[in-house]
Amino acid sequence: MLFDEYDPRDGKQVQVLNKDGLIINSQLEPKLSDDDLLKLYDAMITVRVMDTRALSLQRSGRMGTFAQVTGQEAQVGVGLMMKKSDWMFPSFRETGVFVVRGTPLHLFFLTFMGSEEGNRMPEDLHNFPISVPVATQTLHAVGAGWAAKIKKEKIATVTFLGDGGTSEGDFHEAMNFAGVMKAPTVFVCQNNQYAISVPRSKQTASKTIAEKAFAYGFPGIQVDGNDVLAVCVAMKAALERAYKGEGPTLLELVTYRLCPHTTSDDPTLYRSDDEVKEWEKKDPVKRFAAYLKKKRVLTDAQEELIQKKAEEKVNEAVQKAEDVRAAMEIEDIFRYTFKTMPPHLKEQLDSLRQTQSLRGKPNA
Amino acid sequence: MPEMNMVDAINLALHQEMEKNKDIVVLGEDVGREGGVFRVTAGLQKKYGEERVIDTPLSEAGIVGSAIGMAVYGLRPVAEIQFDGFVHPAFDQLISHASRLRTRTRGRFTCPLVVRFPYGGGIRALEHHSDSFEALYVHTPGLKVVIPSTPYDAKGLLISALRDPDPVIFMEPKRIYRAIKQEVPTDEYTVPLGKADIRRSGSDVTLICYGALVREAEKAADALASERISCEILDLRTVSPMDRDAILTSVKKTGRCVVVHEAPRTAGLGAEISALIMEKVLLDLKAPVERVTGFDTVMPLYRLEAEYLPDSFRIIQGVKKVMSF
Repeated sequence: MLFDEYDPRDGKQVQVLNKDGLIINSQLEPKLSDDDLLKLYDAMITVRVMDTRALSLQRSGRMGTFAQVTGQEAQVGVGLMMKKSDWMFPSFRETGVFVVRGTPLHLFFLTFMGSEEGNRMPEDLHNFPISVPVATQTLHAVGAGWAAKIKKEKIATVTFLGDGGTSEGDFHEAMNFAGVMKAPTVFVCQNNQYAISVPRSKQTASKTIAEKAFAYGFPGIQVDGNDVLAVCVAMKAALERAYKGEGPTLLELVTYRLCPHTTSDDPTLYRSDDEVKEWEKKDPVKRFAAYLKKKRVLTDAQEELIQKKAEEKVNEAVQKAEDVRAAMEIEDIFRYTFKTMPPHLKEQLDSLRQTQSLRGKPNA
Repeated sequence: MPEMNMVDAINLALHQEMEKNKDIVVLGEDVGREGGVFRVTAGLQKKYGEERVIDTPLSEAGIVGSAIGMAVYGLRPVAEIQFDGFVHPAFDQLISHASRLRTRTRGRFTCPLVVRFPYGGGIRALEHHSDSFEALYVHTPGLKVVIPSTPYDAKGLLISALRDPDPVIFMEPKRIYRAIKQEVPTDEYTVPLGKADIRRSGSDVTLICYGALVREAEKAADALASERISCEILDLRTVSPMDRDAILTSVKKTGRCVVVHEAPRTAGLGAEISALIMEKVLLDLKAPVERVTGFDTVMPLYRLEAEYLPDSFRIIQGVKKVMSF
């Protein structure tokens, strides 16, 4: 069993590819179809294009503060392994997981263009919106998983958090509840080494994050979080535990953010160029591309085509986001507070309408 | 019709709604095997099993946070927090998630959740067991806040809360949990959320109150009747959203108003009600609105709690002040 073999307390980490994209553990190499392999690659490229595009929109004032993913694209492996019926409870650096789960791309742009419409997930996608209050979402995943268990529905709930999030009380409470209730929940910790500026070593005296799971009575495992195949392998095993009613699992994806915390952050204040350069050598996208090329699943021509198509999809998404955003109206502030608008909110809405008509134009 | 106290009435509401709606689950500390420290959930686990009536680990954020996940997934959780003073660890989940989920997802995800807890002073309790923090929840957009004052209302309001599409904070005045007995129908019925009730009709002054202090207002009204002062008693029942029409209609009629609550005074509900009256019916007023409330202090331990809590004497003083303005 994967979880017995890779005990994080023995310093073991699941790895399939080395940093050059060569197989170092052929026994673990997942049996993915070429379509799935390309789906992973396409999602990784798409999210990188999204990051680049969003950054330029943000710098030109067309988008607000947002969190990039660059460096952590191997997260798409988590999303590929999940079934459509599984639920996702993200933090705010999981754009890749959203993408691979088929989330319309314009929703990402909308959220960070200041519109709640970005959280209006299509009905058939069980993707909870991003959660900014750190680690609070882990409890929702446990509750939803527990509800599925009560309803006898064989699904898993998957929640995401960062290394900093493991210091929050809600993480403890969620892990404890999940263990006691044997919830079908996978905790995916993207340990990207920093919580904004505070390094992982200052978050916990624990040697690994993965080993925290043992105190709650379930397995935890460390995974090379820049190796998308390793991520797939570990996630598949964790999901199987959930589907079989064996309870929760904690995955620690050891990775690195090759970008700032958000567009408001200056990482040069807290980490060295040398450190960043070391991690650039382990870039998850380059590494996976090398593997695919060696395997002859990806040709240079295809690589170019995927890049070009990603850029087109992202352009369309940006346009769509701007259209939806433009159609918003002041009623939207009030409309969703309760299912039925109570009288005092109607009165406040009327007063805003009056203000707007006196102003003569939207106050934007 | 059997007579019952508020504990029994709430218990009956839970039994009946759980029977009817298989999605209702009850979770909290000691709610299962023990039936809750006040026995409000007595007998539920025996009848509906450990899957639907769950003794959770001792963790308020855990209870409310996981209840949010359950609600989102399609259950109807009823989370019990053991005492008013212990809700605060779960406050983040209420304010950051439960209350705003509908807004932030444009209705794609909703959170039909009831959080019940006993609140308020007057039972010689320990520290952190006597607080009245309803204003915190009233001030949070997206939450409904319900406070019954009788066994009959407690049952009907809870059934409405259990059928409401939005999160409801259901605060139970523990001081009158067993102090009032009343005929309560065993058949199901609802008392609508957002509707106040005129407990007593009167013509000189409106007493606006809720929870345990309705009884004090009634005592005050009885005493004042012998001095030929006629009090109208308006029991809010739902403190958010408030029944503004009922408040304004009554104050328009009497021209005087005393708002009564045991919660601290500043930015309490009395302030909101007073502002509402000033905005809407200023010219109908014969005197400024008077507030009879707790103080802006930490709720004292029980040696001094009777001095802190508004009682009929203080309410009578408040009424006399507006009558002699």
